[in-house]
Amino acid sequence: MSDNKNLRMQLQCPMPQLDFDVITLGHGSGGVLTNKLLDSGVFDLLKNDILEERHDGAFLELNGKTAFSTDSFLVSPIFFPGGNIGELAINGTVNDLAMCGAIPKYLSLSFIIEEGLPVKEFWEILVSIKIACENAGVQVVTGDTKVVEKGKGDKIFINTSGIGTIHPKALIGSRNIKVGDKIIISGNMASHGMAIMSVREGLEFDSEIQSDTTNLNHSVSNLIDKFGSAIHLLTDPTRGGVATVLKEIAQSTELGIDIFQKDFPINDQVASACELLGLDPLYVANEGLFIAFVSASEANAVLKTLQEDEKGKNAKIIGSVVDAHPKQVILESAIGGKRVVSMLPGEQLPRIC
Amino acid sequence: MKYMSEYRDPELAKKYLEEIKNTVSRPWSIMEVCGGQTHSLVKNGIIDMLPDKVTMIHGPGCPVCVTPLNLIDKAVFLALEKNVILCSFGDMLRVPGSQKSLLEAKAEGADVRVLYSPLEAVKIAQDNPDKEVVFFAVGFETTAPANALSVVHAHRSGVKNYAILASHVLVPPAIKAVIDDEESKIDGFLAAGHVCTIMGNTEYHPISATYKVPIVVTGFEPLDVLQGILMVIRQLEQSKSEVENQYARIVREEGNPEAQKVINEVFEIRNQMWRGIGEIPDSGYAVRKKYEAYDATKKYEVNIEEAPENPKCISGQIMKGIKKPFECSQFGKTCKPTNPLGAPMVSSEGACAAYYHFSGMVEA
Repeated sequence: MSDNKNLRMQLQCPMPQLDFDVITLGHGSGGVLTNKLLDSGVFDLLKNDILEERHDGAFLELNGKTAFSTDSFLVSPIFFPGGNIGELAINGTVNDLAMCGAIPKYLSLSFIIEEGLPVKEFWEILVSIKIACENAGVQVVTGDTKVVEKGKGDKIFINTSGIGTIHPKALIGSRNIKVGDKIIISGNMASHGMAIMSVREGLEFDSEIQSDTTNLNHSVSNLIDKFGSAIHLLTDPTRGGVATVLKEIAQSTELGIDIFQKDFPINDQVASACELLGLDPLYVANEGLFIAFVSASEANAVLKTLQEDEKGKNAKIIGSVVDAHPKQVILESAIGGKRVVSMLPGEQLPRIC
Repeated sequence: MKYMSEYRDPELAKKYLEEIKNTVSRPWSIMEVCGGQTHSLVKNGIIDMLPDKVTMIHGPGCPVCVTPLNLIDKAVFLALEKNVILCSFGDMLRVPGSQKSLLEAKAEGADVRVLYSPLEAVKIAQDNPDKEVVFFAVGFETTAPANALSVVHAHRSGVKNYAILASHVLVPPAIKAVIDDEESKIDGFLAAGHVCTIMGNTEYHPISATYKVPIVVTGFEPLDVLQGILMVIRQLEQSKSEVENQYARIVREEGNPEAQKVINEVFEIRNQMWRGIGEIPDSGYAVRKKYEAYDATKKYEVNIEEAPENPKCISGQIMKGIKKPFECSQFGKTCKPTNPLGAPMVSSEGACAAYYHFSGMVEA
């Protein structure tokens, strides 16, 4: 996140001289305006040999087992503390691939733009996309742009799909999880969701809460290099937060999970904001966070390695897999009480008092 | 956070629990009046940590749960049929009306917005002069000052397109109603700390004296609740019935006179319908005549007939502490947070939803 910011300041990407200030329906027509928008912006900025082919699809060479993932990104506001929808779209798919144990390589990038989006904002998003791609070491090799009428979108929607080859030492899958496995979380919880909420709802906290959006592929790859099959499962707790992901895993594996509130890593400001709004950080969305299920014998070493990585410096072991209470996640509260962790029935809404 | 963490100290929690175990000699039933305390009890796993002789009863203290069905229907109608931006606190949105919730109305295109302060709604009214802005003013005495202030502010600023749909419920009359119910057998009360921050403790003295029940004004952190329970049990064991203040770090005996002043400026006390319970005398706030231009029920013509509650829902008995959520035949079967029959299953402060989410009675 912070490295992205520094890069952005260094990057020499002046906005091209264009004869339009906002995106119009014509920019999605496939005609002259579309070409003007793409030529002067997207292609130049994201250029690589495969994209330069400008064919209907990309010609790729991949060796070995391959992971393929897709995701759509709609976030309001499109610019938020710590990032914007562009880097979110790249990091999101990169991270989905990383969670498969893959080394992400190529992405597709599709925009659905609402008529009226200032070109300046589109350019800023594109620059973020370029930086996020560079940071993750991936290339955009194919894409699409559509424009919808004013009122029929929310400024901009982005879809990214990605492929990558599976790391040769990776052996990732929920069937590998065993009783006794430790659950490691790679960093502070709930930052992304609270950063979005702070701007979306017009809340002004004393200190700005930043989204944790970032790529995780290098950190994950490093862990798999070192620990290989001791990493049993990787997952990123995005929408629905940590609670939802753990509950899904408990249900699908038919194993039990114990977690300990006292061990949850969380930034003080984020925790206070959650308290203020009556939101449970366990259910708040994350973007630059992963959860690893690791064999008990290697857990401390994995944790140490992760903590030496800037992106994993706040990593903690938050729980373990148990054979008691199959399919259930049990949380031990800070004062030692126990309760079941369920999935949310819908969107988490702030409480009245 | 540092301040809060002091009220979540596990060692101190153990000490309180030990003391509760050493003090209690026979079964007692204690009602936590406020849904925030119910939430704290179940979220922190306190109920299972208490000795068997202590039974916690979850009271009617969730203003979202007790908002009359008819008023939600009115809010939905205004949002859908009139040129209205309907503003509300978040957890009101999922509460089912007789036909739909505000969240469902939003999905149909109604302009429904979640706010944290009614003053934001006045700003929205100023920014949207061609729209009517209605704030769904729900809550206990706690939210009443801000809601009243929004009306005063709109009045002083000459904002004409703002109104509140008021559904304020008052705690002391609810405690009396619970005690007066022949079926309820409650030995002592944890009163809602936030409410007393505004109103003070004076209203509780006559209740405690008349009904011979201990009432302890209690906060919401786990240690607050444990200490409150201990204070009630100590009184019960000593056959005392007094008002005590566990939440003295926040609550003053006289409350907050400035907040009370603005409440009295805008509101007057009236009989109030409580969803699932019925009408409780002098238990709500109505907008005074002076400000009726800001009273949505008077400002807009809304003729919504009273719809019956789902007959299978026993929320009234649950909110009066006569039955526990899992004693309801529908609990976790036809009635779930995704398909609530009654309001206590909707709000996160509702007793049924709290049990469903946290106690492990039902698989999600």
